[in-house]
Amino acid sequence: MSYYPILQKYNGLDFQNIFDTTTDSDIERAISAESINELALLHLLSIKAASKIESIAERSKELTTQYFGKTISLYTPIYLSNYCTNKCPYCGFNASSKIERKQLTEIELEREAEFISDQGFQHVIILTGESKQIAPLSYIESCVKILKKRFSSISIEIYPLTETEYKRLIDLGVDGLTLYQEVYNQSIYKNLHQGGAKENYLFRLNAPERALSQGMRTVSIGALLGLNNWRKEVFFAATHARYLQDKFSSSEISISTPRIQPQVNQFKPEVIVSNRDLVQIITALRIFLPRVGINLSTRESRALRDNLIRLGVTKISAQSSTAVGGHTASNNTSSPQFETADKRSLKEIKDHLLNCGYQPVFKDWVSF
Amino acid sequence: MTDSLIIAGKELNSRLFIGTGKFSRKDLIGDVLEQSQSEVVTVALRRVDLDSKDDNILDYIPKRCQIMPNTSGARTADEAVRIARLAKACGCGNWIKIEVINDNKYLLPDNLETLKAVETLVKEGFTVLPYMSPDLSMAKRMVSAGAAAIMPLGAPIGTNRGIKTKELVRIMIDEITIPIIVDAGLGRPSEAAVCMEIGASAVLVNTAIATAENPAKMAKSFALAVRAGRLAYLSGITPKNKRNLIAEPSSPLTGFLFNEGKDS
Repeated sequence: MSYYPILQKYNGLDFQNIFDTTTDSDIERAISAESINELALLHLLSIKAASKIESIAERSKELTTQYFGKTISLYTPIYLSNYCTNKCPYCGFNASSKIERKQLTEIELEREAEFISDQGFQHVIILTGESKQIAPLSYIESCVKILKKRFSSISIEIYPLTETEYKRLIDLGVDGLTLYQEVYNQSIYKNLHQGGAKENYLFRLNAPERALSQGMRTVSIGALLGLNNWRKEVFFAATHARYLQDKFSSSEISISTPRIQPQVNQFKPEVIVSNRDLVQIITALRIFLPRVGINLSTRESRALRDNLIRLGVTKISAQSSTAVGGHTASNNTSSPQFETADKRSLKEIKDHLLNCGYQPVFKDWVSF
Repeated sequence: MTDSLIIAGKELNSRLFIGTGKFSRKDLIGDVLEQSQSEVVTVALRRVDLDSKDDNILDYIPKRCQIMPNTSGARTADEAVRIARLAKACGCGNWIKIEVINDNKYLLPDNLETLKAVETLVKEGFTVLPYMSPDLSMAKRMVSAGAAAIMPLGAPIGTNRGIKTKELVRIMIDEITIPIIVDAGLGRPSEAAVCMEIGASAVLVNTAIATAENPAKMAKSFALAVRAGRLAYLSGITPKNKRNLIAEPSSPLTGFLFNEGKDS
């Protein structure tokens, strides 16, 4: 069993008709219900629901406080390698990009890890492009061993792996996987991912399940917003998350809502997702999945992030650099994957969270 | 007359236990403990950062309090056991609240894995307080395994729904000889009072205090409610059906007994 047959079933839905015929009372019922089904999620994602955004946000805030309290978890990314064989036009690491390629050596990673851990971070996520030749699993393994000495939680955001490969990393102490499908619409996916291992839609779609079947503790999924009609994409990401939550109830499932940001290729998104849309997305996700973590990266602006933390977000990255070795490099020679917008220091973010009435949480796992 | 609660030889004057998650600032916990005069504080080991350059949650817990680390995050008995050992190695003491949760949707505990963890940790000398779904036969097994108290849930964690499991908890209170501490789901002081009125030995509250606008005041109100409920329990509450016994004017069901012989 996989999410794929469910996705195919949902593909038969007349989305446009549901969005067009959603009534005020459909939306009100979705806001006040104890728990909501897929149809009610579509009502919350409808165009009409935007007119009730304040009530939706209120409910979302209430649920988030109830289940997560007044806390926000903080993590930071470590970019290990930007070598990539894929040609995703929206990504700065795209194989055709004329950027300087770089991969951290063990010594460089030690330095990067020391710097990050001195800042107070306990949760890190390591990222690479997709090049199994240059950054093979053995390289990832040696990086994990280095990081394990300093951090209580290590997540990976790398190319999809097989079950056996996930198991190897879990045994070394990796407890989190982040893997975005990018776009759930299969024909758009196919057009955007020609050439390179990423062509294989199903291998990517089923990767979260492969990791969970091996005991991965936390898994974060999402759609890259801007590649297709966001209302549908968010619906698929949300139902994917619910499927994983039901099937692997002992693991923690999170959702991210990344919007395409400018990067070196000047990719023009198909769809513009406004700030208002993003609020509707985050709050609808919270009502549909009250206990999922919702991540927000520094790709969003400081002002927007400050407002979104009150509405449903539970984890944010801080002091991020999307360049390889970006935490310690004095003059950043390596190109970023995308532009970050919130460039505040960790201390500024921490103080700001406290001022807003949120406890910054640096450690929320214990490795044993 | 003193009415202290004794767990593993430790005498406790407060029957309100406090959870430390979900607070908007760690330092609020100090005020909460001051206002509530609580003496048992549970801390998720996963959140304890002894190497932190900032403040540490343990810094805000006064010496008079008993720290009860919990195994939040454990999915199996084995993981709970390992977290418990780590807690002891970190200097968090000998008490451990076992929390084994396999269900991230409702956060309901896995009683069977919890029992296995109790068995192992009691043998290792821990004072073990298992958090569980209220199930009498499982609770009896926990007692046999050497649990120091039983912590049944009032409602799923964080829901603030109150003592939804009242009937099952009441049966446990009647049948189990060690302290029953209602943990999770209590949203209002009145609900904590109900738990105490029916004879719970203590209650543990976290979300309702941590997410209140004024956590310290809310902690105090819970403390007062717990004392009121306890006092009511000790005073011997008149059962609801007792009024019938006193005020019954006629005896439609048994009146015939008094008429026996008259007709013959």
